[in-house]
Amino acid sequence: MKVSRIFLALTMFLITLSVSAQKRYLTRTGHVKFFSSAPLEDIEAHNGKVLSIVDLDKGEVAVDMLMKGFEFEKKLMQEHFNENYMESGKYPKSTFKGKFEVPDGLKNMVDGAYEVDVTGEISIHGVKKPLSTKATLTVANSQLSGELIFNVRVKDHEISIPKVVVRNIAEVVEVTASFNYEVYK
Amino acid sequence: MKKLIFTAFILACTFSAYAQDDLLDLLNEEQGEQTDYAIATFKGQRLINGHTVVTRKKSELEFLISHRFGRVNSGIKEFFGLDAANVRFSLEYGLTDGITAGIGRNSLQKVYDGFVKYNLLRQSTGKVNMPFTVTGLSSIAIRTADNFDFEDDDFASKVSYTHQILVARKLNEKFSVQISPTFVHRNKILENQANDIFALGFGGRMKLSQRIALNAEYFYRLTDELDSQFNDAIGIGLEIETGGHVFHLNFTNARSMAERAFITETTGDFFNGDIHFGFNISRVF
Repeated sequence: MKVSRIFLALTMFLITLSVSAQKRYLTRTGHVKFFSSAPLEDIEAHNGKVLSIVDLDKGEVAVDMLMKGFEFEKKLMQEHFNENYMESGKYPKSTFKGKFEVPDGLKNMVDGAYEVDVTGEISIHGVKKPLSTKATLTVANSQLSGELIFNVRVKDHEISIPKVVVRNIAEVVEVTASFNYEVYK
Repeated sequence: MKKLIFTAFILACTFSAYAQDDLLDLLNEEQGEQTDYAIATFKGQRLINGHTVVTRKKSELEFLISHRFGRVNSGIKEFFGLDAANVRFSLEYGLTDGITAGIGRNSLQKVYDGFVKYNLLRQSTGKVNMPFTVTGLSSIAIRTADNFDFEDDDFASKVSYTHQILVARKLNEKFSVQISPTFVHRNKILENQANDIFALGFGGRMKLSQRIALNAEYFYRLTDELDSQFNDAIGIGLEIETGGHVFHLNFTNARSMAERAFITETTGDFFNGDIHFGFNISRVF
């Protein structure tokens, strides 16, 4: 009985240890850029306060950002973006949650660039859509960073573009994201 | 055996506590409480004639063209007022996100005007909770047309000043209101007029659709003049917004667009049909 109890305690200790030592990496200063190229105008906006977390044990990633955090060259454009298109008062955030197969090298944080297929769900303007994209996760000197580029079809997220500005705003917007993660405690 | 089950239970709890937490929930917690500033309380720097709390952002230049035609009730002979037009052009520039300076020129009485507007408080919720947006406005108007009512019409008598505190609140996504305590000083006046006039401005904007809004404004004069031939200024307007342009189609009993003139010297009686149709076209560069 005693032996089994010690054994149990030991197992518990080990499991707790392995669970708490899971490899999670977080950033609060992730950068997301979107680019719209239309006949009359190219529009670009940057958000430098994007939150993201990666779990290398489970192969999970999540992104969370405030739409009002996007900065445009023209402030008036920023106002239109938030008021008329994204309705940021109603839908303040965009989020993404996805899964990917974790290569062994990445699991052990061996230096190198790892291309992974991420599949998940993106939520913009309160509308959730599946999203599959390639992402590159890079390990250099035990630092983890991630980069990905994907396209978002404006219509998919029920964002309406009035006819007057149809030549100013692209139907498909290119999104570029880059994250420099730190160990999450 | 009981102990074993108990230990297993604790173990399961510990494990699930770690494994359960959703990454998005975790990020939501990390995001914490932010300050959410109200945007687009009003679309333009003018509601109809009067200023709104809006300032131009740093380095933005606004070009504003405003027209007020003659009285609608002047009949077909005057083409319902369209034969006579008062025009104001202005350039308004954002020195910083909170300070805007502008200069304008009105054809009526050939008035040059200039103003400085400074945003003091911004409506917000969340970390910083502020119920109102507050902006101060000071403007000067200089009449360059001669006024034959004055025997001695020197430069000082052509100048007047207006100071306003604009207090606005966006009540919801569709409805914004503003109250504007106003002080007007006229250097020279006619007999039975008061140099200093206090007034209270009221304004509102209601969005009818994503790009069309209904605006209304009213200036209630608090100072009694002994023999006032003037009325309170009333205006109703439709606002249409397209990309960088804002169009206002206005109906008001005031013909002038200078603060002093429409707040203290509006001659038309709105309810008697003395209505001037007009428009503001604003383009921001």
